[in-house]
Amino acid sequence: MELFDNLSLGFATASTLANLGFCFIGVLLGTLIGVLPGIGPTATIAMLLPITFQIGDPTSALIMLAGIYYGAQYGGSTTAILINLPGESSSAVTAIDGYQMARKGRAGAALATAAIGSFVAGTVSTFLVALLAPPLTGIALQFGAAEYFSLMVLGLISSIALASGSIVKALAMVVLGLLLGLVGTDIYSGTPRFNLGIREYSDGLNFVAVAVGVFGIAEILRNLEDEHERSVAVKKVSSLWPTREDWRRMAAPIVRGTFIGSALGVLPGGGAILAAFASYTVEKRISRNPGEFGKGAIEGVAGPESANNAGAQTSFIPLLTLGIPANPVMALMIGAMIIQGIVPGPNVATEQPALFWGIIASMWIGNVMLVVLNLPLVGLWVKLLTVPYYMLFPIIIAFCSIGIYSVNSNIFDLYSVAFFGFVGYVLVKLRCEPAPLLLGFVLGPLLEENLRRAMILSRGDFSTFVTRPISATLLVLTAAVLAVVLLPSVRKKREEVFVEDE
Amino acid sequence: MVIDRANALCGAIFIAFGAYFGLNSLGMELGTPFRMGPGFFPLFLAAILIVLGLAIAIPAIRVEGEPIGSLPLRGMVFILPSPVLFALTLKGLGFVPSIFLATLLASFASTKMRIPTALILAALMTAFTTAVFVYGLGLPFRLFGPWLGQR
Repeated sequence: MELFDNLSLGFATASTLANLGFCFIGVLLGTLIGVLPGIGPTATIAMLLPITFQIGDPTSALIMLAGIYYGAQYGGSTTAILINLPGESSSAVTAIDGYQMARKGRAGAALATAAIGSFVAGTVSTFLVALLAPPLTGIALQFGAAEYFSLMVLGLISSIALASGSIVKALAMVVLGLLLGLVGTDIYSGTPRFNLGIREYSDGLNFVAVAVGVFGIAEILRNLEDEHERSVAVKKVSSLWPTREDWRRMAAPIVRGTFIGSALGVLPGGGAILAAFASYTVEKRISRNPGEFGKGAIEGVAGPESANNAGAQTSFIPLLTLGIPANPVMALMIGAMIIQGIVPGPNVATEQPALFWGIIASMWIGNVMLVVLNLPLVGLWVKLLTVPYYMLFPIIIAFCSIGIYSVNSNIFDLYSVAFFGFVGYVLVKLRCEPAPLLLGFVLGPLLEENLRRAMILSRGDFSTFVTRPISATLLVLTAAVLAVVLLPSVRKKREEVFVEDE
Repeated sequence: MVIDRANALCGAIFIAFGAYFGLNSLGMELGTPFRMGPGFFPLFLAAILIVLGLAIAIPAIRVEGEPIGSLPLRGMVFILPSPVLFALTLKGLGFVPSIFLATLLASFASTKMRIPTALILAALMTAFTTAVFVYGLGLPFRLFGPWLGQR
């Protein structure tokens, strides 16, 4: 079996003592920052990203990043359950019933359910990634420049569909992101572009600086808007282990959530959020006592948490096979890979099998670490929630400054972080979502390169995008997504969904 | 006249960015669709951005909008310059004083912070980051720089 050969190569790579250590540190740090109120997984990963660049070996760095990723996700759920403050919309669903469970003194069971659900979902979806990624890379290898261009357009438009708030604003954020991504030097002619005449920006804006500014600094500023004390629902978490009744009730929702999440996660544009909502709706609809939902139903934690995690996992499929990020977190992963000198795409699986399968295996290892680490340490995380915010953010700022500088030893990157922190905060304040901007920023250079290459191949004929069948299909899908989000009835429904989320 | 300030401002920001990128692209070689120059794609994107900016700003005129809400001015004044201060002093003062000052500056973003607490926090952070980044990870920072008479 080739699959098992591949997986064993992956586990052999990921489970060296050093890599296990990096994964462990990643999970620990990810949870540590992720558990802080008001800082979501994306901001957490953006802020911890520079640390991974200190590791020389790209495989180890990405394994650590995978650990950070799971830690951040779980940290977000912990905050959602204990203080009803979801860091990101995907854990907003968990907060609904999780917080109610915590208020009834069942915080331990809710946290354990979230961890168990995530673990089961993670195991199944890791296997799915291993199963589906190789055949998909086969398809991806047939992609030419025109197909890549169309695929990226589809990804960008889908990310708009899942952004909350105004669609026009989300589109504008994507375009602004694309333009910012072009700052630097034109690869074909060597002409410097949009760098304000500053030589230090001729390699482009630092991805980490933009990400930390737009997500990290902007989120800190938002948290400083009103500084009232947050109340922690529980001071002490007791009886972690779910009761026999809990086990019986969580089993089916976990299985359903895993499948809903795995299917939706592959979609470009942030399937994990959609997955959590879909799972919650399904559980509520088929439950024998739907009245319990919103008042602390364990199914309302088990289903969405599994769906969320499964979706997060399978969103690695488009990243690993096509090099296309499905959501802002994947955009961060792609940024990290590029900085490590790896061009994500179908060639990674064949050229660097140890890296490719190592990352897949480390997803599962990250999941195990999570359960092993977080359940015993939950008391520590609860303590951390009581540390006042004004003590935390100077620490975060200091780490970010050192981290960003250390990526390229370029002090101009520190000016970028201040600038993008400001711009990001103002735009968030004007109700624009930062996620599409980051996706655009990562895809900008790739989009331009593929557009130009496709046009050279077609000798300047724009019809190449619609005459090549795969490209045409992708563009039709793009048009369909755009039409659907602009339909008045869907628009209304969409607004309702996102209102519920806030 | 009533105006939805949030959307008007938002549209204006996008238009301003569009104008910056658009004007710069015009100064570069545009090329043909067959062989696109460095200005072609950015000019196209800038045009879209300006149109989207107008689509946000124009409907905002004569409509009552939700207020923008309060700005954490104090936070902005102390948080945003913190990385800049680090950048400006790192080469001259060296890592230790530079990170101390940057942390101290950021500390005052909250009204709840007291000066002694801030000093202790900055000192602890300096010790910790020096240990981790300079000694632990071996990043090539000078502990004290030439402004302090160190060579």
